[in-house]
Amino acid sequence: MKTSFILGAVTVAGLTAGAAFAGTLDDVKARGKLNCGVSTGVPGFAEPDANGVWQGFDVAVCRAVAAAVLNDSDAIEFVPTTGKTRFTALASGEIDMLARNTTWTFSRDVDLKFEFVGVNYYDGQGFMAKADLGVSSATELDGATVCIQTGTTTELNLADFFRSNNMSYEAVPVETGSEAVTNYLAGACDVFTTDRSALAARRANFEVPTDHVVLPEIVSKEPLGPLVRHGDNNWGDVVRWTLNALITAEELGVTSANLEEMSKGTNNPEMNRLLGSEGNLGEMLGLDAEWAKRAIAVSGNYGEIFENNIGAATIIGLARGVNAKWTDGGLIYSPPFR
Amino acid sequence: MSENNSFVRKEMISERIPPAADRGLVKWVRENLFSSAFNTIMTFISLWVIYSIIVAVTPWFLNGVWDAKTVRECYDLLDGKSGACFAVLKERFPQLIYGFKYPSSEYWRPNLATVLLIVALAPILFRRLPRQLLIFTAVYPFLAFWLIWGGSILTSVSAFLGCAIAVICYRRFSSRSFAIAVLISLIAANVWWIIGGYIVDLNASFLSLKVVASRDMGGFMLNLLLGTIAVCLSIPLGIALALGRQSGMPIIKWICVVFIEFIRGVPLITLLFVANVILAFFFPPDTSIDLILRVLIMMTFFNAAYIAEVVRGGLAALSKGQYEAADSIGLDYTQSMRFIILPQALKISIPGIVNVSVGMLKDTTLVSIISMFDLVGMIRGPILSSTDWNGVYWELFGAAAAIFFVVCFSISKYSQWLERQLETGKR
Repeated sequence: MKTSFILGAVTVAGLTAGAAFAGTLDDVKARGKLNCGVSTGVPGFAEPDANGVWQGFDVAVCRAVAAAVLNDSDAIEFVPTTGKTRFTALASGEIDMLARNTTWTFSRDVDLKFEFVGVNYYDGQGFMAKADLGVSSATELDGATVCIQTGTTTELNLADFFRSNNMSYEAVPVETGSEAVTNYLAGACDVFTTDRSALAARRANFEVPTDHVVLPEIVSKEPLGPLVRHGDNNWGDVVRWTLNALITAEELGVTSANLEEMSKGTNNPEMNRLLGSEGNLGEMLGLDAEWAKRAIAVSGNYGEIFENNIGAATIIGLARGVNAKWTDGGLIYSPPFR
Repeated sequence: MSENNSFVRKEMISERIPPAADRGLVKWVRENLFSSAFNTIMTFISLWVIYSIIVAVTPWFLNGVWDAKTVRECYDLLDGKSGACFAVLKERFPQLIYGFKYPSSEYWRPNLATVLLIVALAPILFRRLPRQLLIFTAVYPFLAFWLIWGGSILTSVSAFLGCAIAVICYRRFSSRSFAIAVLISLIAANVWWIIGGYIVDLNASFLSLKVVASRDMGGFMLNLLLGTIAVCLSIPLGIALALGRQSGMPIIKWICVVFIEFIRGVPLITLLFVANVILAFFFPPDTSIDLILRVLIMMTFFNAAYIAEVVRGGLAALSKGQYEAADSIGLDYTQSMRFIILPQALKISIPGIVNVSVGMLKDTTLVSIISMFDLVGMIRGPILSSTDWNGVYWELFGAAAAIFFVVCFSISKYSQWLERQLETGKR
């Protein structure tokens, strides 16, 4: 009891010491490098390639922020974090932002004192089964054995889903996603469940991907997005509006191909404000006028980033689905640049 | 009568060969494999198991694909046959050994450091080699630091000179008092390091190698680095702790006892989480100490506590007469330890120390859990999660096991050899 009190007091002291420092934006500029927390590897979202260069959908957010703030999309220290270390790394100030397919939940936002600046991928839990099982819907899975990662929200969602549909299942608990796939392929379980983006990525590398089907049901909401620490709203704004700039660029039809041309000034006032030929939005953020232009220049707008990393043309082959822009019936929506 | 006895043989009959069933391979097989009904059954079961493993594994090896860009290409080339996808080892080999951030133009530096490590260890490991080689052993840590981390060679030279000055001062004053000699050498070394620091800052580019940050190290290099440094530092620390625990001075004794028992009572992975997660809260955001350094400190403490217990076992195994004999010929504490007690106690402790150290080397793979990319971390993280290679488990983990086996097996073979060499008393 006493030791925990002392530890707590020290932790609070450490946190206040961190908060008393200058704003994160100034820190990053002074350091000349953005410390960006990523995962240790999720196919398509964050993975170092054969040359050791980080690639992926989450990594693109880091690069966009670095380009906006530091005018160099490579001025990043990628700090790999696991599911266990990610939140302390952010809370202790070791990283400036976390872009690591992290689900936005109430307790993480409120209790852990973080600020989710937006959603860059709407995920949801799904099921994968062998095609010869002849199942076309998750509601037909009564009595199935399910490979499930222990200690995750997917484990709880699974229990909820089967209970609410009055079905029974037998869980095969495993530690990691890779282990789950090995078990599933070896026939230890009929069904493998996790986020649908991960299911698609795993399936792509099966020997015969068409022998396996991803069932249509989505049994949970997993809005994934970048996050920053509570208490530094200015820095939060920088990350939030960088993400929004990528989304708005897609809405306005600004792509990496026509960026230079568009930034010279167009008839569309919002586009001019976004790209800095009109207004002083960058100045309000503590950046220069061309911040958003640089962010978009790194790897294009939101749609381009999606298609190049995880889109239908890639091995992972995810359809836009709910991640289409709102004008196409999806959920990807940015507040206006005004 | 005896002279006429024709039944008495005059010459020896030459030895006859034992019956076929009682010699050579047949005898060995009969005695070891078919000595009873139960053993016969077990033999046949084992043979069947070995046969089925070979039948299953051989085509997997022989069909192995060595040239492919992705795992899907592997599957295409195998075309439904059973076979390994060794291409991943070929393509990601540098990543497995050096991690993915060590600049590829600088790979020669860790390579050279490893070769020199063997040279530096040789005089310690083999007593027959000329003793002059020990000078290189003393220089090696500083040389290796320069090679692996880069920067100006002056940093290493200055650090080395500081240590050298400390040793000289200790030699000069040790005849008077141990404590004074230690104090003087510490002061002298620190004075030199302050002066040396200025000199280094002025000539920062002198013989400078490209700087590589600690966090850019990875792969098996990181395992070897952590293992070697932690073991080297923890042996002296462990001996000091073991002696401290036997000390008659209560404060020293209790500090050592509490330290050892605390560290031994906590799993290594907990200490690593403390190093990674908790310690970060104690530093202001921009002055965080290197993660490798934090991990290294924890591993050194952990290994030292175990070595201390091994050495304590060695000390306890000596008869009391040895201590009394040392006292009776008028040696002080330092001398009796140096000349009488420790040489015998350490000899007894060697198997234990090697055992703990091999365990430490393997335990370095635990850092993969705190998101450091050692050999296992590289496999679990970047390689298995890449779009190109996810799904290739057996080849990667098999390679990791093979690498560790080679290293650990040679260490334990060496320690067995060393035990035989040192068994002078019992011959």
